[in-house]
Amino acid sequence: MPLFWLLVILLAMAAGGYVLGRARAIRSAGGDSRKLHSLPVYYGSNVALKVFVPAFLVILLWLLIQPVYVASVVSGMLPDGAIPDNSSRGLVMAEVRRAADGLDNAVAAGLMTENQARNARADFQDVTQRLRDAGQIVTSDVTQPVLRSAQRLRVMESTGSMIMAGVAILLALGGLAWGLRDSQLDFRARNVVERGVMVLLIAAASIAIFTTIGIVFSLVFNTYEFFTLYRWQDFFFGTNWAPSFSGRGGSSDLGVVPLLWGTFYISIVALSVAVPVGLFSAIYLSEYATSRLRSVAKPLLEILAGIPTIVYGLFALLTVGPLLMRVFGDEGLGWMQAGTAVMTAGLVMGIMLIPFVSSLSDDIINAVPQAMRDGSYGLGATKSETIRQVVLPAALPGIVGAILLAASRAIGETMIVVLGAGAAARLDLNPFEAMTTVTAKIVSQLTGDADFASPEALVAFALGMTLFVLTLGLNVFALYIVRKYREQYD
Amino acid sequence: MYDAPQTQREVDLTQTKIAARNVQVYYGDTHAIKDVDVNIEDKTVTAFIGPSGCGKSTFLRCLNRMNDTIDVCRVEGDILIDGEDIYDKRVDPVQLRAKVGMVFQKPNPFPKSIYDNVAYGPRIHGLAKNKADLDDIVERALRRGAIWDEVKDRLQSPGTGLSGGQQQRLCIARAVATEPEVLLMDEPWSALDPIATAQVEELIDELRQNYSVVIVTHSMQQAARVSQKTAFFHLGNLVEFGETGQIFTNPEDPRTESYITGRIG
Ligand SMILES: Nc1ncnc2c1ncn2[C@@H]1O[C@H](COP(=O)(O)OP(=O)(O)OP(=O)(O)O)[C@@H](O)[C@H]1O
Ligand SMILES: [Mg+2]
Repeated sequence: MPLFWLLVILLAMAAGGYVLGRARAIRSAGGDSRKLHSLPVYYGSNVALKVFVPAFLVILLWLLIQPVYVASVVSGMLPDGAIPDNSSRGLVMAEVRRAADGLDNAVAAGLMTENQARNARADFQDVTQRLRDAGQIVTSDVTQPVLRSAQRLRVMESTGSMIMAGVAILLALGGLAWGLRDSQLDFRARNVVERGVMVLLIAAASIAIFTTIGIVFSLVFNTYEFFTLYRWQDFFFGTNWAPSFSGRGGSSDLGVVPLLWGTFYISIVALSVAVPVGLFSAIYLSEYATSRLRSVAKPLLEILAGIPTIVYGLFALLTVGPLLMRVFGDEGLGWMQAGTAVMTAGLVMGIMLIPFVSSLSDDIINAVPQAMRDGSYGLGATKSETIRQVVLPAALPGIVGAILLAASRAIGETMIVVLGAGAAARLDLNPFEAMTTVTAKIVSQLTGDADFASPEALVAFALGMTLFVLTLGLNVFALYIVRKYREQYD
Repeated sequence: MYDAPQTQREVDLTQTKIAARNVQVYYGDTHAIKDVDVNIEDKTVTAFIGPSGCGKSTFLRCLNRMNDTIDVCRVEGDILIDGEDIYDKRVDPVQLRAKVGMVFQKPNPFPKSIYDNVAYGPRIHGLAKNKADLDDIVERALRRGAIWDEVKDRLQSPGTGLSGGQQQRLCIARAVATEPEVLLMDEPWSALDPIATAQVEELIDELRQNYSVVIVTHSMQQAARVSQKTAFFHLGNLVEFGETGQIFTNPEDPRTESYITGRIG
């Protein structure tokens, strides 16, 4: 039974349970709902929860465990002889899965009967051809062990999901009976439902937290893997980045220093554009602009923040790069070799960060109490004196926080760098040279068909980890400063 | 207490420092001050009294154009200081506020050190020739604000870390440090204990020798103690204005009388 229908049935049962539970509770109070411990909706919700939640949890668990279990059984079935020399069990299993999917498709397309799909034996050419007809990509001819495993896989999966549906519906019925028995005058349905709501919220929060932890663990694990293949001293202190793409490893230089330098340099250029412009526009908007202008200009500025970074990348590649070339290139000052350079990426990234800095700073400047400004005006200070000597110092910690947050965005930015700064990892002071960053190199290490177990691919995780630690540190520091600032006026 | 000969005092009192004619203030559509005419004299303490929300602070803020900072606020009519219309286009409100200082109803120290709070005005207006001079100005202002003894050992700690009453006196010190000609004080003792209140009252009396002082207060006794002139506001109108003694002993308007005796407000 398809999962969708199973869920619909469960929901329908829950809805029915709601109505029944509510009615039964009211009946137990002799029709006077004031005598009930809780409002009637709580009795209904209680039954609905008991019907749906346990069954749903079982389905979730089942869906997680079944594929793993089936795969391990089927993979154990494959004889060693079925695995070609230049391949691995994992690759053959992938083929089995493809064959099984192909059989499914062929049955669905009417090219095979279910019986044929289960029992097709010899004449593999024919099976392979039929799978191709059904639109399945079959790379090589399907062999007998693979076909048998695929058939076994299908059978196990379909019986598995039948059993799952049965168990889920039985559980739901049990929940219904349990909930209805509880729907009595004195039952504290409200408390049960409240606790249910709380558990739901906790579950949502833990999903977020556990995924984060999971991601961090996978980073840490793969980084560790990398450092077993590559000396960490060479990674952190190496000044040369030259991965070999032979795929065999050993001859690569994977020093992170040039990448960190590129990241740092481009971020500095970006921040030296974004911070003054963003801060000044924030000051203008919050202190000088009329409220009508502000209500138009602020959203306009924030539109900048909504532009996808790839568009900024195109802007860097097609507009800013050529423009800089004309001034600093061979026809101009002669400092620049190509349009892709630190300057190009930095300028465009700076533009991207302007709304980020200005919008945060604007909020922070607005949070400075009016009484503080009044105090300064009352002493005969001008507007700019007031801003420079009272408003900005009061807002400074918050503004620093905003700048640090912008910096961590700059460090993590990828697309603008890929398109605007070039791909050469270089340690150089000239801002008109092409350089590259940690993020851009992560992309280039993983797009390619390098073996995932080679240091050239695993280094991406070490780079990711480095970046993660850097931005996390910056964010924590920024939040600490912002929070410290908040306490000042309370 | 100030003990000038009666005759001399009469002469001084006749000089008008601030003259308000037909002043109207609107906050958007709210008509907060209606037809106010008043003469505030030099070297005098004038007290504004009246029930909460009657417009005392609003009128006080008109006198140094602090209402300019409120978008919705509109002021009509003429206010003359030393015969000059302060709402004239040629008048720079910044210069005006250096001349007409203000202490606000809520203490609002800057998030700076105590020293820098007081030195703020003198620095802006270039009143000190050198560091020692500035130190002198700060110390004198803090003494006049009756807070010197409490803060002399921690001039570099933040002004926001003081207690409410200390902050209020710091704000008074900050205002007198710029040596304004007129000092507007909007209930500067709302958080002060009786001792500090007495010290501030003494300060006001001292300031009166050279300046014109306008205070807003909710305490009748205080108005009677420190002011020579009293203005009673009610619902945006200036109901009665005259000699303090006259207002408190023999008010002309029945509204003044019922407020003073505690029946409205
Ligand atoms: N910024 C403002 N915007 C709109 N209305 C205001 C504003 N400030 C004051 N008002 C209104 O103007 C009227 C007078 O207020 P004001 O602050 O002058 O009263 P007050 O006499 O000082 O009262 P209190 O003794 O409580 O300080 C009130 O009705 C108030 O609601
Ligand atoms: Mg007031």
